[in-house]
Amino acid sequence: MRALERKMIRDLLHMKGQAVAIASVIACGLAVFVGAQSTLWSLKSARDAYYERNRFSHVFSSLKRAPNPVAERALEIPGVRRVDDRIVKGVTLDVPGLTEPATAKLISYPDRGEPTLNEIHLLVGRHADPLRTGEVVAEEAFATEHGFRPGDTVDAVMNGRLQTLTIVGICLSPEYITTIQGGSLWPDDRRFAIFWMPRRQMEAAFEMEGAFNDLALSIVPGANEAEVVRRVDRLLAPYGGLGAIGRDLHLSHRFVSDELKQLQTMSVIPPSIFLGVAAFLLNVALRRLLTLQREQIAALKAFGYSSREISVHYVSLVGLIIAAGSLVGCLLGTWMGRSMTEMYAEFYRFPTTLFHVDYRVLFAGCALTFSAGCIGVLAAVRSAVRIQPAEAMRPEPPPNYEPSLIERLGWHRILPQAPRMILRELTRRPAKAIMTTLGIAFACAILIVGNFGKDAVDFLIDFQFGLQERQDASISFYEAVPARAISSMRHIEGIEAIESFRAVPARIRFSQFSRQTSLQGLGPKRELFRLLNTDGEEVDLPPDGLVLSAALARILHLEVGDRVRIEVLEGERVVREAPVVGLVDDFAGTSAYMDIRALNRLLREPPVISGAWISIREGAEESVFRELKETPVVAGVTLQRIAVEGFMDSFAENLLRMRLFNVTFACVIAIGVVYNSARVALSERGRELATLRVIGFTRGEVSTILLGELAFLTALAIPAGFAIGYGLCRFISTALETELYRIPLVLNPPTFAFAALVVVGATILSSLLVRRGIDHLDMVAVLKSRE
Amino acid sequence: MDSPPEIQAVYEAHDLTKVYHMGEVSVHALRGVDIHLYEKELIVLLGHSGSGKSTLLNILGGLDIPSSGEVFYRGNRMSDFSESELTRYRREHVGFVFQFYNLIPSLTARENVALVTEIANDPMKPEDALALVDLDERMDHFPSQMSGGEQQRVAIARAIAKQPDVLLCDEPTGALDLETGIMVLEAIDNVNRELGTTTAVITHNSVISDMAHRVIRLRDGQIESIVENEEVKPADQLNW
Ligand SMILES: Nc1ncnc2c1ncn2[C@@H]1O[C@H](COP(=O)(O)OP(=O)(O)O)[C@@H](O)[C@H]1O
Ligand SMILES: [Mg+2]
Repeated sequence: MRALERKMIRDLLHMKGQAVAIASVIACGLAVFVGAQSTLWSLKSARDAYYERNRFSHVFSSLKRAPNPVAERALEIPGVRRVDDRIVKGVTLDVPGLTEPATAKLISYPDRGEPTLNEIHLLVGRHADPLRTGEVVAEEAFATEHGFRPGDTVDAVMNGRLQTLTIVGICLSPEYITTIQGGSLWPDDRRFAIFWMPRRQMEAAFEMEGAFNDLALSIVPGANEAEVVRRVDRLLAPYGGLGAIGRDLHLSHRFVSDELKQLQTMSVIPPSIFLGVAAFLLNVALRRLLTLQREQIAALKAFGYSSREISVHYVSLVGLIIAAGSLVGCLLGTWMGRSMTEMYAEFYRFPTTLFHVDYRVLFAGCALTFSAGCIGVLAAVRSAVRIQPAEAMRPEPPPNYEPSLIERLGWHRILPQAPRMILRELTRRPAKAIMTTLGIAFACAILIVGNFGKDAVDFLIDFQFGLQERQDASISFYEAVPARAISSMRHIEGIEAIESFRAVPARIRFSQFSRQTSLQGLGPKRELFRLLNTDGEEVDLPPDGLVLSAALARILHLEVGDRVRIEVLEGERVVREAPVVGLVDDFAGTSAYMDIRALNRLLREPPVISGAWISIREGAEESVFRELKETPVVAGVTLQRIAVEGFMDSFAENLLRMRLFNVTFACVIAIGVVYNSARVALSERGRELATLRVIGFTRGEVSTILLGELAFLTALAIPAGFAIGYGLCRFISTALETELYRIPLVLNPPTFAFAALVVVGATILSSLLVRRGIDHLDMVAVLKSRE
Repeated sequence: MDSPPEIQAVYEAHDLTKVYHMGEVSVHALRGVDIHLYEKELIVLLGHSGSGKSTLLNILGGLDIPSSGEVFYRGNRMSDFSESELTRYRREHVGFVFQFYNLIPSLTARENVALVTEIANDPMKPEDALALVDLDERMDHFPSQMSGGEQQRVAIARAIAKQPDVLLCDEPTGALDLETGIMVLEAIDNVNRELGTTTAVITHNSVISDMAHRVIRLRDGQIESIVENEEVKPADQLNW
């Protein structure tokens, strides 16, 4: 090894504490980047491969009923590649061990051979036999939730008749990577099943011989999807078409895509913070090293080392730190990615093992890290080596201690010695003090961001189920029934309150913009289901006109007062016009609301309702559900709150894991910054401190001077961190906003307290480490050496 | 040129000045210095502290640039040297011994010497160079484990190990006691005699001048006198 390389290794060993601290910060940043990016790419490639292999369709449309030849006509639409016509029906299930009714979606499957689109992926068991009644293949989520194995049975009310279904196989489907029902934000795998049944059996059970009620299409690459959607709508309109949608409105696809978008954000924001902090730390540490080695640099130049060789020497030293951090970061990131992907696999079901590390991700991460790390130091190195060797032989002039602001204000007279020295040091180099404060503040901010997700979700659940949807269950009917049907239900023992609603699928159009949604008619008395703004204020529902979700208004580019076209997608498919009279600034969804009587009027129908919300007396749930199951008009009962609670249990576990990551990372940053600053301060002021010791200051007093500075900066950093954290959360909440939901900017006091606590803890820990250095301050050596 | 034809001038400096600007004040470190250094000779630069000795030596060694005037190294104008030529000049031709040793603290004696031999054209082995200054026993010690005299000898070994054409020493005995001072001077003297290296030694101790071929005295940034010694004494016979 060459002598210069030896020097580099020994210099590195000499500053090993700092090197480890900086490398750790780098490792964390890279780990998050690699973890999030490789999860992102793993999910993306798994999804794309799955879509490709199982021929996931591009355009979807439900309809009332059409004869089979209509499907063939869809093939003639330019740009359409394949068409698959199916029968899809909702049924009520009676699942053993589940008192409340569950619902299932039955999807027809070709009697033999593969479907042209949306092929299922059989995990265990076999395909259903078209010649046997009641055989189905079940989607895995529901089967797993109830422990169903091939051979198990479940009762279903099909077309008004009770039938026993036998699960013969368990499968996955590209259409249901996550099984979320329309109108819901969370999957309810306990109460929502998807079954595939042979076409012949479906036709028999639902009297659909020679007909279909659901169409899936794939398009050729480059085809105009919007145009295909329009043509499909035109084709199916006479057959009760409910409006075609592309993948962007397909629930499962949309959830997965939103998740990928979030991962993308996550792979950018935290790593930027980490790498920024690391660049700052490297800069401070290297500048100190260059100052200490001014004369060594001069000597090297005098011996004939070129500026380039010397630059390479120092940049390599930095490079080694970055390389060590990168190596650990890549390993840690791979591990993180694996564990995140496992986590996702609980919610998103793919047939293949997901996780793989893309070498391009590792490469990009390392390149990013090296450029961030080197940018900060190149300028410092360049100016250090540019100096004339003779000039550098002379020690740097002593720092300029002009009377600072404090002196000029006369504060020093009222401050005791130690705070005075601390304040003087801080005002002498404000830039460094600010950067150190910022570094610690970012640690604090990361902790806040880490808990933001939980605070927001807690708030959303409280908001939605405590204020907005206070019903215990919602009942849906097979078809609209006269409003008075509700009075019979009012008498079911255990139902305390009931509110009916009317819901029709409709497409709302304004100039060239349109969106398919559910148009909901609400009663005048809204206590179970309320229309609320994000600030919890109740929104008025005028006797006429539409109130839209603010998100829907944005999609349609309209304002209050505009008139929209409403194309109803069921029944006689009437087309009407109505003014928008208000907006509701809600968190989720793109709904449209009207007064129920106004809606009945608009549709020129008698007073009919589509369903009802009920509240149930405590303890009476079982009997109420039993009774409802036997009511013929009831198609299904959903209990969103229970669904969400179940979902939250598994979600909480993952949150805990993410929180652990965050706390570790924030500690690494806080310790990295504090320890590094203290080390540099100790090196810069070692002489001064040793002198103080010589003239009789105690270790404690000397420590107070050095560490008091850090304590002071930490105290400044915490409120700054609160502000930065809040700002980041605000940014994230906008960045992650999707059509499906908006994330409320809510941060609870415990989140702030926790962040402050961890930062203070990290500061104390690193102070203790540096305190050891102060205790071992070699007074004689420091004073003897020339500087 | 005024040099005897058989002896080539290694350095020729004409009307060198050097002004340092420190804020409002300018310090005139050199005010018009003309000097020649010849092949194989040993000169001593004398003068009070602040008289410009180090400044002059640094300019000759390519560590600093004059404010005005010209220096020729073997007929080449040094102000014409590019950055990389200057680096090569320092690397291949000059051995420098600094007043404050300037050893790399993180390297052992041997490694400090190797630092220079690794980039030189025809170097000695670091071990041999250290043996020349009587330090073969302490090769693997770090600077902090050595006395000032020992460190200075390492610095000399480091300067001579590359077998330079010129050896420039800035107060090599300044920080040393008498005995170690003599040892260090002996080492320099040896190199001059045995390898024929052109050598310039700065001191403010006039006793040392007895070992030189010529003694140049600086005062206030100007040459006060140049004295040629009839008899050159070896270092161990100097009268302290
Ligand atoms: N880098 C510098 N900046 C300002 N003044 C300098 C610098 N180097 C030397 N000087 C001044 O130039 C003068 C000559 O210095 P120097 O050559 O080191 O003297 P000597 O080596 O004879 O003691 C002194 O007054 C010194 O203070
Ligand atoms: Mg000097």
